[in-house]
Formats: sequence, structure tokens, C-alpha cells
Amino acid sequence: MKEKFIRLVSRAVPLPIENIDTDQIIPARFLKATTREGFGDNLFCDWRYDSDRQPIKNFVLNETKYSGKILIAGKNFGCGSSREHAAWAIYDYGFRVVVSSFFADIFKNNALNNGLLPIVVSDHFLKQLIEIISQNPETEIAIDLEKQTFTTGSLEEKFEINAYKKTCLINGYDDIDYLLSIRKEIKEFDLTHA
Amino acid sequence: MSKPKTLFDKIWDAHIVKRAEGYPDALFIDRHFIHEVTSPQAFEGLRKRGIPVFNTQRVTATADHNVPTKDQHLPIKEALSRHQVETLRKNCKEFGVDLYDLGHPFQGIVHIIGPELGFTLPGMTIVCGDSHTSTHGAFGNIAFGIGTSEVEQVLATQCVLQYKPKTMKIEINGVLGKGVVSKDIILYIISKISASGATGFFVEYAGDTIRNLSMEARMTICNMSIEMGARGGLIAPDETTFSYIKGKKFAPQGAAFEKKVAEWKTLHTDNGAEYDRVLMFDAADITPMITYGTNPGMGMKITDRIPAVAELKEMSEQTSFKKSLEYMGLEAGSQLLNKNIDYVFIGSCTNARIEDLRLVASMVKGKKKAAHIEVWVIPGSKQVELQAKQEGLDKIFEQAGFELRSPGCSACLGMNEDKVPPGKYCISTSNRNFEGRQGPKSRTFLASPLSAAAAALTGKVTDVRTLLN
Ligand code: SF4
Repeated sequence: MKEKFIRLVSRAVPLPIENIDTDQIIPARFLKATTREGFGDNLFCDWRYDSDRQPIKNFVLNETKYSGKILIAGKNFGCGSSREHAAWAIYDYGFRVVVSSFFADIFKNNALNNGLLPIVVSDHFLKQLIEIISQNPETEIAIDLEKQTFTTGSLEEKFEINAYKKTCLINGYDDIDYLLSIRKEIKEFDLTHA
Repeated sequence: MSKPKTLFDKIWDAHIVKRAEGYPDALFIDRHFIHEVTSPQAFEGLRKRGIPVFNTQRVTATADHNVPTKDQHLPIKEALSRHQVETLRKNCKEFGVDLYDLGHPFQGIVHIIGPELGFTLPGMTIVCGDSHTSTHGAFGNIAFGIGTSEVEQVLATQCVLQYKPKTMKIEINGVLGKGVVSKDIILYIISKISASGATGFFVEYAGDTIRNLSMEARMTICNMSIEMGARGGLIAPDETTFSYIKGKKFAPQGAAFEKKVAEWKTLHTDNGAEYDRVLMFDAADITPMITYGTNPGMGMKITDRIPAVAELKEMSEQTSFKKSLEYMGLEAGSQLLNKNIDYVFIGSCTNARIEDLRLVASMVKGKKKAAHIEVWVIPGSKQVELQAKQEGLDKIFEQAGFELRSPGCSACLGMNEDKVPPGKYCISTSNRNFEGRQGPKSRTFLASPLSAAAAALTGKVTDVRTLLN
């Protein structure tokens, strides 16, 4: 069982860079752990800290005016390596939602498998959103997974999510639960597939 | 007559254990490769649930990402890396999975050893907790990378839950020019369609240019499918495929092999089958390629100029582009040709097979590297290393001043000891030029083994065609 996701009201952190790959989200040298926890400290490490591990002032995670559980990022977020550590790092840092106009496939799966909601919005909406947050970092955003709505002030956008994945998130289910329930069928398949 | 099917559809449909309304397909996996970095949390999950590995015969493990490429017989120096490799050992032992560990004659980069041991066969479904699993598709199978939660699913149930992706055909016809190899083909395609151009698709490569490539060259192409966002890429098997597989250690042998070949011959896209998207390229348009930016889509002909900022339409694209060039220390609108470099990395699951090493050796035989650069040659596997030595390639590299090390992912990902220092330029035969990929603040130019060899000799970004007669 995972933490359930139903509604969320929070501020957001804007990171309007395109093609953010998983090597930026969590560099390979931090992948040596054998557990899922603790990756948040090194989220966006090379953008966040200098070589003496001092925070780089103008990186969004270090700007005190920004906070919240929603990360808003540029197009093609999460491309590159399949490392699930990227989703773990974002979640461990405290984010529960990532908004972008486009996600890489494996990242999207990994996020959904870890209770992190990837929301796809139009390029136009993304641009508006980033402007709003940058002008007023205190803006609150409401996300309702049941209704599939994303609301801030007078702006509202419906988002798409696969019905199965939605049920999993709302109930905290895992894919593995479903697969384990069909073990018998899989066994038969395995035997006939040399 | 049933509806004509693509090769992808044929293999996918043959592996559905269950398709239920409202659920993704439960897809059976024939072969599961694992390595030390993305498997520990998955085994931990099994332990918590108190369940065994579903079928250990279908799992193959190796240590590659986090291993040193020097003194592999000694204990790993770095404590965390050592712990990760030891955890893999412990897990494989406890759960009964075959491991090709450091020191084993079959150890190597997971995507190199699968094919060379005959585990990778046509018509299969193959997964690994690594995005370059797409490499195996060169044999005409469905191979794709998965996350650790999915590694756990496969260990526990031999299935993954997946929605069927869309299909794309990329057809390339014509004869490749002098100095142009398969790495240039794939870098060219990615530069045309961008790093996200195939997201949501599974790609089938076709056309006579592809047909004329060796298995090694086909693997290089399929390997980089992920760099344009595709989940994977595949090539219909043919005589080239069958003769590569014949006699491989774990492949079917004798009569069983012949029987399989007859089956594999049916693995092709039917006439009239429809793809969701089709792209065509002409081999004559492809020249030696190089990347200048921080994603593999930022590539160009080695003789071209980096685009000017104004050539990009979108404001947001311009910002990312400028950030990227700033990281690389390059000027928009400038040429890369003759730019000084510091390192040459010949390795990775893209280009560290025996054929790649031969190509490099043919270029540098009897010559010496430029004095100011370091050249690392990292064979993809123990078998490649041995073969290279048997063919005397090690002597050629030694004379040229190249360092031939032991197998592993090495400087492809800046996780183990092999890193390119901050600010330094490296021509690399690997697949990713992301910020920090080869080490913090390292700067990567992706290119073919031939172009890398040329750069090793001159110390500069070089059009390999000028060195060929
Ligand atoms: S060589 Fe590089 S791309 Fe290939 S598996 Fe290793 S780290 Fe991944």
C-alpha cells in the first residue's frame, strides 16, 4: 500500500527548463544506495549546490520565496535514464505533483508507481502558469484527482490520466497486487512458453 | 485473412497473459536482465512480501555500472560501490539467480553480454532496469527499460503491466558514404526528430541501409532509440541475425536451433500493415555526426556550424539552448571542427563491441595519439576484451598510447571511478551528453568510434574523412 492521493492544495515551484533529464534530477554518483529513502537531499544536486556544497542562490529550490508540493517544469521532463531514483528523489524532497507539457515515458511510469502525480498541461497553459507563479509565488493551486482538475485563481484546466492509474493512486494500490492476483494464469503461460 | 500486423504487434500480442477491460496488458517477459544499481530495492520488496523470484531461469545478472575498470581483481575501494555490488551478490545467492560477477569470464555491460551469450533472441520480450535495454531489439524482439518498481514486478511475477505503445517505422535506404557508420545514422535521425521525437512510440528500423548492417552496427542503432524518447527499437531478424546467434553459448543448438530459425523467419511486418507514423531517410544525406549540446538531439554534421539562437522559434527553447551552450562553453553559430579536446572515451553499450574496437584499431594502427589527450578504451565485456587481445588489438592501442582497461560502464555515466574532470572536453562513443553525465561539469561530444579515433590522433574535433584515403 502506498500513500493515497486524492486532493492537494499547495504553492508551486517553477523550473521552466526543457529536456530536464534524470541525470539532472539525480546524478549517477548518488545512485549507490540500496534503499529508496534519502535521495531528496541530492535532488537537482548540480544545479542546487556549488562544488563546496553551498546552495547556489538563484536556483529555485534555494529561493525562499518559492515553496510547495508542486513542481512545474519545462517540456520533455524526465528524459534519459530509467532510474526510478529520480521519482524517489522528487517525492523524498516533498513534491507530490510534477506539471509539464510533456513527460518521458519511463519517468511517467516510475512517478505513477511511486504516488507522484505527473500532470500534462498544454504548452500555452504551462507558460501562463509559470508567469503567474513567478509574479506571485504565494499563488495556491488546487489539484483534484477525482475530478481531474487543476485550478488556480480563475484558471482551470482539466487534465488526462489513465483510469487504471487513477484508481491506483486514489486507493494507494500497486501494479504488483494485480499481477500477483493472476499468478496462476502466468504460471501456465510460462510453462507453454519455452 | 487476418489483418496484416507489424512485427511489433505480432510479438506483443503473443506475450499477453491477460488483457482486461480497464487494465493495462499483463505482458509476459521472456528474459530479465538485472544489475547492481536498479535491483537492490526490488529484491528488498520481494523480501518484505515474503515471495520468491517467479522463475530464476529467466533472470540473468551482472555487475557493470558501478565497477572499477582497473584492478578488478581487488576489492572495490569505494565503500558505497562495494556495498552495492556485494548486495547484488547476496541477493542473487539468496534468490537463486545466475550472476556473472566481476572476474567471471562472461561479465560485462548487461546489453553487451545478453547478445554475446545467446540470451537475446528474436521474438522475445526482454526487460532490464536500464533504458538502453532497447539495444536487444536489434535481434527482432521487444526490449525496453523499466524502473525498479517494475523490476520488482517482473521478479515477482515474470510480467509487467504495460499499455501498448504506438508504432513508428523509420526507413533508411541507400549507400553510406566514406567514414559514415551506424552511430552516425542514429545521431543523424535524433538530430532530425529531437530528443523527444519518438516519445510514446516503439520504432521499427527498416530499409536496405539497415539490412546491410552487421549485428553490432544494428545494436548501436537500437541502443539509442531511447535518446529520441522511444521505448525501444527493433529490426526484423534475417540471415545476419541467425548467423550471429548460431553457436552462442546459451542459444538453442543443433536441431533446436534450426527449428527456431524456421520460427524466426516468420518474424517480419506483414505487407500492408500500418504504423502510426512513418519516417524516411536517405543514407546519402548522412555524414559523420557530432553533438554540441547537452541532449542527444543537439547534433549536427561534423562540418556544420552550431545553430544561431535566432534560428530557434520558441522563447523557451532559446533559454534552454543558451543554458546548454553556456554549460558546454561554446558559441552559437560557431564550428566545432578543430576544437581542442582533452579526453577520448571509447566504450559503453553503444560502441564497445569487438567490431567497434576493430574499427578504432584500423584507424590508429601504427600511429600515436596527440600528446595532450587521454584515451580510454573500455571493452564492453570480458569476452570482447579477450577477443581484442587475441587479435592483437591491445598492442595497437598500446603503441598508440591508448589505455585499454577492463569491462564496465566506465565513463559513460560518471558513477564509478572513471570520470571526465570539470570543464574538460571528451569525445565519447557513448549515448548521452547530459550535463554532468561523464562527471560533474564534464563536457561531452557524442560521435562514432571512427570519429573518436580520428580525434584521438589529432587531439581535435576532426572530420574522419580527411584522414581516410
Ligand atoms: S554503458 Fe552507459 S548507457 Fe550502457 S548500460 Fe552502462 S551506463 Fe547505461
